[in-house]
Amino acid sequence: MSTAVAQKRGLGAAIWDYLTTVDHKKIAHLYLYAGGLFFLIGGLEAMIIRIQLMKPDNNFISAGLYNEMITMHGTTMIFLAAMPLIFALMNAVVPLQIGARDVAFPFLNSLGFWLFLFGGLMLNVSWFTGGAPDAGWTNYAPLSTTSPGHGVDYYVMGLQISGAGTLIGGINFLVTIVNMRAPGMTYMRMPLFTWSVFVTSTLILFAFPALTVGLFLMMFDRMFGSAFFDVGLGGNAIIWEHLFWIFGHPEVYILILPLFGAFSDIFSTFSKKRLFGYSAMVFATVLIGFLGFMVWAHHMFTVGMGPIANSIFAVATMAIAVPTGIKIFNWLFTMWGGQIKMTAAMLWSVAFIPSFTIGGMTGVMLAAAAADYQYHDTYFVVGHFHYVIVGGVVFGIFAALHYWWPKMFGIKLNEKLGKLAFWPFFVGFHLTFFIQHFLGLMGMPRRYWVFLEGQGLETGNMISTVGAFFMAIGTLIFVYNVIYSAKKEKKADGDAWGTGRTLEWAIPSPPPHYNFVQTPLVRGLDPLWVEKMDGKEGMTPAEPLGDIHMPNASFLPFMMSLGTFIAGFGFIYQVDNKAWLIAVFAGMGILLGSMLVRSVKDDLGHHIHKEEIEEDIKKGVAK
Amino acid sequence: MAYNSKPAHHEEYQRKQHREEMKHQVLTFALMILFTFIAFGMVIMEVDTYFIIPTLIILAIVQVAFQLYYFMHMKNKGHDMPALMMYGGAAVALLTIITFTTLIWW
Repeated sequence: MSTAVAQKRGLGAAIWDYLTTVDHKKIAHLYLYAGGLFFLIGGLEAMIIRIQLMKPDNNFISAGLYNEMITMHGTTMIFLAAMPLIFALMNAVVPLQIGARDVAFPFLNSLGFWLFLFGGLMLNVSWFTGGAPDAGWTNYAPLSTTSPGHGVDYYVMGLQISGAGTLIGGINFLVTIVNMRAPGMTYMRMPLFTWSVFVTSTLILFAFPALTVGLFLMMFDRMFGSAFFDVGLGGNAIIWEHLFWIFGHPEVYILILPLFGAFSDIFSTFSKKRLFGYSAMVFATVLIGFLGFMVWAHHMFTVGMGPIANSIFAVATMAIAVPTGIKIFNWLFTMWGGQIKMTAAMLWSVAFIPSFTIGGMTGVMLAAAAADYQYHDTYFVVGHFHYVIVGGVVFGIFAALHYWWPKMFGIKLNEKLGKLAFWPFFVGFHLTFFIQHFLGLMGMPRRYWVFLEGQGLETGNMISTVGAFFMAIGTLIFVYNVIYSAKKEKKADGDAWGTGRTLEWAIPSPPPHYNFVQTPLVRGLDPLWVEKMDGKEGMTPAEPLGDIHMPNASFLPFMMSLGTFIAGFGFIYQVDNKAWLIAVFAGMGILLGSMLVRSVKDDLGHHIHKEEIEEDIKKGVAK
Repeated sequence: MAYNSKPAHHEEYQRKQHREEMKHQVLTFALMILFTFIAFGMVIMEVDTYFIIPTLIILAIVQVAFQLYYFMHMKNKGHDMPALMMYGGAAVALLTIITFTTLIWW
């Protein structure tokens, strides 16, 4: 009902609808739009970096601007592109896969998104107010604590705000997956994507507080004269590195695990087979999550922790290759003997396996602490983490978007254009980053503005830059595909790929805003497939047809996030002029006032009546 | 007949359960007060510091466990997930503390 009304009411009403929505499917759209935009911005920054490094002694951009570019490229891609795109997938899919009508805390879901968006906007405002952060995405002290201007202050406040949003989102999905599974869906019947989101959310819950603490210490050092990281006053700069990587290493698993889950679903759907070694996959996911907390110091082998600490972290790091290897083989065995359909989603997934494995192997090389003294801070490291992040996370996001696009928007992405986008991106990716391993071994340090002539680095860098342009072409074709498909593609079926196995394919594409007319009864792993094998059309309901209770939309999350945004500027500029404290008080006033309104005003949600649902069923928008 | 007998049984069972629960609560409460007296007593009597610090920490851990398991019902069924999360979080926090006390030189 609500979608039909929204379409009739025009643009203003549609915008208001998105500003106030607590529907997980619309919040998924918001995360996708915002994350996509930041992905393009981060990509643009990457292109500028590659153009600067195209030839020796280039002066395309100045050294200072180059530092800002590398810092913002890393920060944007990790925090503002990869994270929200993953949250887009989580929001779009998890409630549907577990047979729920929404997440556990719809209001918090919306708050999480708006906090992330305002945090991201704040970071990018810094371009226009005298310089972006320039201390690298890792923001090591004392470089960051002594960086002039307000760039690093923007980093601190922006990440603090968007980090709060991520933490809220993570907790929300934990509670959702623990409490809102449909009857019969035990833990060991959850689809692998839901499982990996569960583990990811746990990692978010445990890892983000370390970042929050680190950012608070940094904030007090830079804005309020404390000296946590100032060696001259008895502080210790290494504290930042530890706090950052205690968060930072689990963060890379936060990025990759959900896409491991997505690949698992994609491989089994398009191979028309159940996932090979389901319980081993679950075990491997949990083990990666667990080990992810034991290895952060492998980023700091050269800090001088001593041979014992280095050895422990080296061995723990290499151990992660075991569960990851289990996963790689299980995906291969899932495809083995299956009826493989090479869709665009499958193409990205198949390409992911060798690409990610190369990244994994260089990871084990880097984990050898003694050898790391050679690799550290060279382009070898840059090559390694782009192989895992682009070859794993970005390929995964493209695969998952192709796969779930019909569920999110009701139309498939054009398959031809999808494959056309894949090839330049795939070729460009290997051109860009494979050669960087060798540049690193030849001694090219990362984060340097220029390299010199006659050191044998010219050809490699040129190849790398050419590859980057191929990746840009691939991305642009994908963006064109999105627009093209929205205009030309026809409506997708509920079970859009015909071989759907999990609950999300049991309902129409896109689902009605209450998702399931009747909560489904889950009778096994791959619940829809179980029903199909029993010759049934759809799921067996677990409840009679009745009124459905849904949460109300609310504008308060937007206002609360706006409050923190305003207060953030106040914190940054009160160093220059105490009058800016007014912004702190005003922003906090908006935040606390909104929270007060939320506490005082009862919001009991609304009911969708049985008659309306029956009408929806007749129209075919609900099932 | 069958209607009446079952709830009666049930009620008796529940009453017994509650009595048991109450006994546990009072017992742990008494123990917690005792622990608090011991803690204060040791400090007042100026017992050796090397003895007092570990003892206080152990008493504190036991008290937290009592609080969580008996007063906040973590010993009852259906608390596996909160327990898992709390122990997980405590483990990560402990790891951080170990790092900061052993790995970082000052």
